Amino acid sequence: MAAINRDDVAHLAQLAHIEMSAEELDRMAGELAVIVDSVKSVSEAAGDDVPATSHPIPLTNVFREDVVGHTFTAEQSLSGAPDAYEGRFKVPAILDEV
Amino acid sequence: MTDATLSFEEAMDKYDPVLGFEVHVELNTKTKMFSCAPNVFGDEPNTNVNEVDLGMPGVLPVVNKTAIESSIKIGLALNCKIAEKCRFARKNYFYPDTPKNFQTSQYDEPIAYDGYLDIELSDGTVFRVEIERAHMEEDAGKLTHMGGATGRIQGADYSLVDYNRSGVPLVEIVTKPIEGAGSRAPELAKAYVAAVREIVKNLGVSDAKMERGNVRCDANVSLRPHGRERFGIRSETKNVNSLRAVEHAVRYEIQRHAAVLDSGEPVIQETRHWHEDTRTTTSGRAKSDADDYRYFPEPDLVPITASREWVEELRATLPEPPAARRKRLQADWGYSDLEFRDVVNAGVMDEIEETIAAGATATVARKWWMGEIVGRAKNADVDPGQLGVAPATIVELNKMVEDGKINNKMASEVLDGVLAGEGTPAEIVEKRGLAVVSDDAPLLEAIDAALAAQPDVADKIRGGKVQAIGAIVGGVMKATRGQADAGRVRELILQRLGVEG
Repeated sequence: MAAINRDDVAHLAQLAHIEMSAEELDRMAGELAVIVDSVKSVSEAAGDDVPATSHPIPLTNVFREDVVGHTFTAEQSLSGAPDAYEGRFKVPAILDEV
Repeated sequence: MTDATLSFEEAMDKYDPVLGFEVHVELNTKTKMFSCAPNVFGDEPNTNVNEVDLGMPGVLPVVNKTAIESSIKIGLALNCKIAEKCRFARKNYFYPDTPKNFQTSQYDEPIAYDGYLDIELSDGTVFRVEIERAHMEEDAGKLTHMGGATGRIQGADYSLVDYNRSGVPLVEIVTKPIEGAGSRAPELAKAYVAAVREIVKNLGVSDAKMERGNVRCDANVSLRPHGRERFGIRSETKNVNSLRAVEHAVRYEIQRHAAVLDSGEPVIQETRHWHEDTRTTTSGRAKSDADDYRYFPEPDLVPITASREWVEELRATLPEPPAARRKRLQADWGYSDLEFRDVVNAGVMDEIEETIAAGATATVARKWWMGEIVGRAKNADVDPGQLGVAPATIVELNKMVEDGKINNKMASEVLDGVLAGEGTPAEIVEKRGLAVVSDDAPLLEAIDAALAAQPDVADKIRGGKVQAIGAIVGGVMKATRGQADAGRVRELILQRLGVEG
């Protein structure tokens, strides 16, 4: 796994919409590098015969039957909204990320 | 800011188009992909949602079993392999249509892959489109852009969000690059989307209404000079949401790319927006960092395993594929290729099938639908099936004609009456006094008058020139305003003149 450098952190911060100062970028690049190194030690422990997994528990097919359950009213849905109009959430027009 | 275009013919002379499609199919499950809120179109905004669809902190998704089964059925109908094991992934991006700031989708492990669909073009040519994958995901909420002049996002002041659609199960069907379509690329594009739509409708897994966004198409187009193997740079035209628009959008993009390449510039890899009013596309945004979705396996959902037994169980429930059904129906009905293609293109195959089931012969059903109803539907600007002609009406009308109660001209008039809501064919015949005149007395009166009016013709007939009879029959039909049975009139004239028919 390649090391994480400052540019990577800046890129990730931008994608995650997190504003970071130059100092924070420096510090975080260092901290993340340590984390990545730690994770690397896991791949050393797992041999070629161990398949990659995204879940620690060997569980599959946890399903729900297709039966309608509870819903919110429009008032409930919008109760935490910073702004609303005619039963809908009102948000700034965002053009550059369509 | 209109883009330059070449004529389609010139573009085809110089370049070879390569296509690709991403078709999103909304499933018609009762509930959402990961929540138990109802999957219903058109309700009051933000009422078909619960905490999962609104992306509240700490909530957990639970997979809808029916959605998985529908996805497997779609995969099977597209001749795909069904993954023994697959999983969901998070596609991370910030946009107000997705309250969680990620879309739950599939990335490296789609549920279905490596399929194909044989597409029949209007002249009967069959073109194989390879399917790369069909994966499951959830739909996003609906944004309405407010302010600005046009209601488009450009110039909008703010947007309103309805999350009713948020979490509706989607299957995204992705083709491999489609090469070799040449000048038939626009037609193939339309036929491909039509075929996918037909399949999911036939499977009963989607309402498949394009006008409601149940089936949505993103069309990728690139051009390369003839003989070159490497693909050109592509554009992706988003949300082309009618069959006609798919054809037009592909055609337009081919013409636009050709003009760009001719000018010596590179095509920009970007998203294009389709405009139905001008039948053109405009630039959306270029591929950029925002496309770095940082997919990772969804930690809140465990993997899906599709045992071979389960897959075979589902395969056994699949209805007859639409293409096979067409072959069977054409053979059953004895229509020529041309007749059958006309029926399919007119969109009355199902209606004819129902009419035959109601008791009409294949010939009669075709005569009525193609000869009478399709034209009326066109005038009314609706699909023939939606005009309101019941198969039983056709059977009844036809029986009246065969029994000699009314003639074809009257039957057509009665049909108008049925469509105008005047009642059943029998009632209309009664009300409008449309019965064929079969009482001989008034006919004989009209015949005598016609013979007296054309004595020279009467003489000719008496002299054995029976073919001259048309003039007398015509006179009688005119006098009875078309309500006489022409065959009976002829018999009576010959009797009157003492001539053997």
